[in-house]
Amino acid sequence: MKRRLNEWLVTLPSFVWLVVLFVIPTAIVFAITFKPSDPWGGIGEGWTLQTLISLGNPNYPSIIWRTLYLSVLTTIICMALALPTGYAIARAAPRWRRLLLLLIVIPFWTSFLIRIFAWKVLLHPDGYIKRALVALRLVEEQTMLLYRAEAVLLVMVYTLLPFAILPIFAAAEKFDFRLVEAARDLGASAGRAFRTVFLPGIRRGLMTAVLMVFIPALGSYVIPDLVGGPRSEMVGNKIAQRTFTDRNLPHASALSAALTIVVMAPMLFVLVLQGRRRES
Amino acid sequence: MKRSRIPLYTTIAVLLFFYLPIFVLILNSFNSSRFGGSWESFSWRWYIRLFTEREIWFALRNSLIVAISATVVSMILGTTAAFALHRFNTRLQKVHYALIYTPLVVPDILMGISLLLFFVALGVQLGLTTIFLAHTAFCVSYVAMVVLARLQDFDFSLIEAAQDLGAGWWTAARKVLLPLLAPGIAAGGLLAFTLSIDDFVITFFVTGPGATTLPIQIYSMIKHGSPPLINALSTLLLIVTFGIVWLVQWLTEDGRQHEVV
Repeated sequence: MKRRLNEWLVTLPSFVWLVVLFVIPTAIVFAITFKPSDPWGGIGEGWTLQTLISLGNPNYPSIIWRTLYLSVLTTIICMALALPTGYAIARAAPRWRRLLLLLIVIPFWTSFLIRIFAWKVLLHPDGYIKRALVALRLVEEQTMLLYRAEAVLLVMVYTLLPFAILPIFAAAEKFDFRLVEAARDLGASAGRAFRTVFLPGIRRGLMTAVLMVFIPALGSYVIPDLVGGPRSEMVGNKIAQRTFTDRNLPHASALSAALTIVVMAPMLFVLVLQGRRRES
Repeated sequence: MKRSRIPLYTTIAVLLFFYLPIFVLILNSFNSSRFGGSWESFSWRWYIRLFTEREIWFALRNSLIVAISATVVSMILGTTAAFALHRFNTRLQKVHYALIYTPLVVPDILMGISLLLFFVALGVQLGLTTIFLAHTAFCVSYVAMVVLARLQDFDFSLIEAAQDLGAGWWTAARKVLLPLLAPGIAAGGLLAFTLSIDDFVITFFVTGPGATTLPIQIYSMIKHGSPPLINALSTLLLIVTFGIVWLVQWLTEDGRQHEVV
C-alpha cells in the first residue's frame, strides 16, 4: 500500500505536467479541425466538416506528396552515409572512437538555425560553392543553388545525419565482429558477410536511425522556409502559413492533424519496439 | 584479412561535410567584406558591431530567463519521472514511459501548433511564460531519459545498505541516491538548457509581443539582417557550445549520451 502511494508520488508530477502540456494540446488540434474559423483569426462557434473537406484543395496533395518524397530521399541518403560511418567508428581504436564520436556529436549540439544559415551563405550566388562550381564549369553563371528542392534536401541531410549515425554506431559497438570473421572463414565474401551477418545484427539500430531521420524530416519547416523556394514547400510551411499569414487556425489544425496521423504510425512502431526492449 | 576502405573514406567525407560550413562561417566572421563572397581582410568589426546591437542582448536575456527556469523545472520533474520508471514496473509506468517518450519523437512544428492552440483556447496571453511552459514540455523527457540511463547502472543495494543502517526512505534517497545520481541529473540539465536556448520552431509558435528569444532574433536577422553580424554571433555561440559539450562529456565520462539519442 505504501509502495503504491510512493509510486504515485513520484509519477504524478511529470505525468500531470505532460498530460496538460502534451496530450491535451494534441487532442485540441484534432478538436479544432472540426471548428469553423472566425473573421478575427480565432476559433468560431459550433462544429463543421468544412475544414476537413477543404483539405482536398488541389494544392495540398502535391505538397503532401513532396513532403513524403523529400523525407524518404533524405532518409535514404542519411542511411547510405551513416551506415559506413557508424561502422567505421565502431571499428576504430578506442582512442580514435572517442574523438570521432565527439566530432559527430558537436554539430548535433550546435544551433540548428546557425547550421542552416551556414549553408545559406555557402550556396549564396556569391558564395564559395557557387564560384567553385562555376570555375569548374559544372554550373552556369546564372544557375541558382538556393531556393530549390535540392538545397532543401542537402540541408535536411546535413542537419539529420548525426541522428542516423549515433544509433547505428550504438548498435555496431555492441555487435560481435567475430561473427563477421566467422562468416568470412566459412567462405563468404566481404559484401555477403556484411549483408547477411552484420546488417541483421544491428537491425534495431537501423530501425531507430530510419525513424530518427524520417519523422523530423516529415515535420521540416525552417529548412524549406530558409533555403527552399515556393516550389519546394512542405507541409510544415503550409501549417505555419495558415497560422501566421492567413491566421486560419482550423485550417492549420486540419493539416497538423493529418501530419500527426502520418507521424504516429512509425512512432507507435518504435514504442512497441522500445517496450519490448525494456522487458528483455 | 583485408578490410574495405569505404567506411573510412565515407567517415572522412562526412566529417568534412559537417565541418566545412561551420569553418567557412567562422572564417567569414573575421572577414571585413560585407558580403563574405571573397576574403578582404582580417577584422574584428562585426564583433564590435555585435556589442552595440541592443536587440541581441535583450533577446539573449529572454532566452536565458526561459532556459534557466525550464531547466530547473525539467530537472526536478525529469528526475522523479526517471526514478518512477526505473523503480516500478506497473501498467501505470508503461503509460508513463509512452508519455515521456512521445515528445522526443513528435516533430517540433506539431508541438508548436498544438501548444499555440492550447494557449489560444485557454485565452492565455502569449509571452515568456508560455515559452517557458512549452519548453518544459520537451525538456522533461530529455532529462528523464538521461537520468534513466544513469539509473540503469545504479547499484540499489547501496540504498538498502543505508536503510539497514537506520536511514529512512527519504534520507537514503537524499544522502545516497541523489549525490551518486548528480552527474546524470547535471548532464540532463545541460541537455535541457541547450535544447531550450536553441529552440526556434516551438518558440516561434507560442511567443508573444516583446518576448523575442535569441533564436527568434537570429531568424529575423537571417531573413532581413546583415550576414557578417550573424557570422560573428554564431562564432561566439559555437564557442559556448563547445564548452558545454566538453562539460557534458566530462560529466558522463564514457560518452554515454549517445544512448539517449
